[in-house]
Amino acid sequence: MNSAPPAVRAAGLTVTRGARTVLQGLDFTVPRGQVTGLLGPSGCGKSTLLRALVGAQAKVAGRLDVLGHPAGHPVLRSRVGYVTQAPSVYTDLTVSQNLDYFATVLAPGAARADRRSTVRRVLAEVDLTAHADHLVSRLSGGQRSRASLAVALLGTPELLVLDEPTVGLDPVLRRELWHLFHRLAADHGTTLLVSSHVMDEAERCERLLLMRDGRLLADDTPDALRASTRTATVEDAFLHLVDQAADHQEATR
Amino acid sequence: MTAQRTLATARRVLRQLGHDPRTIALMLGVPLVLLTLLYWAFHATPQTFDHIGPALLGVFPLIVMFLVTSIATLRERTSGTLERLLSMPLRKAELILGYALAFGLLAIVQAALATGLAVGLLHLSLAGPTWLLLLVAVLDALLGTALGLFVSAFAASEFQAVQFMPAVIFPQLLLCGLFVPRGAMPTALSYVSDALPMSYVVDAMTHVSLDASANADLLRDLAVIAGSALLVLALGSATLRRRTP
Repeated sequence: MNSAPPAVRAAGLTVTRGARTVLQGLDFTVPRGQVTGLLGPSGCGKSTLLRALVGAQAKVAGRLDVLGHPAGHPVLRSRVGYVTQAPSVYTDLTVSQNLDYFATVLAPGAARADRRSTVRRVLAEVDLTAHADHLVSRLSGGQRSRASLAVALLGTPELLVLDEPTVGLDPVLRRELWHLFHRLAADHGTTLLVSSHVMDEAERCERLLLMRDGRLLADDTPDALRASTRTATVEDAFLHLVDQAADHQEATR
Repeated sequence: MTAQRTLATARRVLRQLGHDPRTIALMLGVPLVLLTLLYWAFHATPQTFDHIGPALLGVFPLIVMFLVTSIATLRERTSGTLERLLSMPLRKAELILGYALAFGLLAIVQAALATGLAVGLLHLSLAGPTWLLLLVAVLDALLGTALGLFVSAFAASEFQAVQFMPAVIFPQLLLCGLFVPRGAMPTALSYVSDALPMSYVVDAMTHVSLDASANADLLRDLAVIAGSALLVLALGSATLRRRTP
């Protein structure tokens, strides 16, 4: 193991939104160069956790370090790529105009030819080359999410934070994207943290964070999780852990 | 801070408008139609047109840029693109200056067309130099951009954003001296008028139309307009938060 700090280290991470405590004292680490899945039902706090990681969330207490710096530190802005759940691209621009703008924001000094080739690369990675000159408002929902994903791939970030990037996509395309995620981890050593509420996507991750109601149920590999809960799928393991937590609560009441 | 990011932002804003030719046509065309209507309505008393015309050349860019900026930045906030930009190495000043540059350029085109029509075809008498009138118009547009950016922080929807137009612009329009000379207002209202930036817009435009020289009064008006624009831009920049609840 090298001595570089983990991609993410959280200790006692708590987030409040209004009167509600959305994340309740989370402790976990995300290792570098792997695909880690953040899984849990809708509304369990996944998006809030990811927003805290990229420094977009207010009222974050406890410790949260990203690539060895406190989350939201200015040096992280060019090293962390972030894709929000709703596609965040300009609908009144074409796909390549969007990419051209964000590429300039990320690397203002780059030569125009370099920027063009970066844009061509990410268009190919998300399979939107044929739609490069279409207005985003004319694209389908899945194409819009891929345009939004393409923006995050522009700067070849060290950590990619993806909030439900594969929801609503065609299965073939979903498989392609998961291949892309693993290729990024294997070829560039990129760390990926991918959230999903679809449990079958867990099998595609090297590590899992299982969440429910603002708490972590597990932080393990899919194999270890199935073994320790003596279940066949991650979904069953999740249910087992939920029941176990409920029993534990009963017992201590 | 880099000029490239500011320029790229300005180009992006103009490209967005470029895909929306109807909005451009409305922004540039409506002031011309209104000026022509005004000229026609006061055909019997051209001195009234000479009085109101220059003031409107200052008020149009302010209102149009206010509307366009408040909607554009509201969309930026609600679509998630602002959150994305602020998670990238983009400074708030680069974003705001990019917007100001794009809308400032549009304001120059708009003011040039409106002034050309008013002076060339509608025989508006203009004592001062045309470039001075354009300068005032651009400052007015920047003030409108600043106000629009600021109020967009307080609007949760486009419905609310358009309602800020009567709330923020109409009181200024009523008290800027266009309808009642500022000296003839009740004392309390004249103080309010002194505190509203559009009053200085109208004063500056009236000055340029009546007086060929740029004297201290005009410089003071210009300084007040530019100062208010900068103040409101700074307030607007404070509403662009990297961390939101």
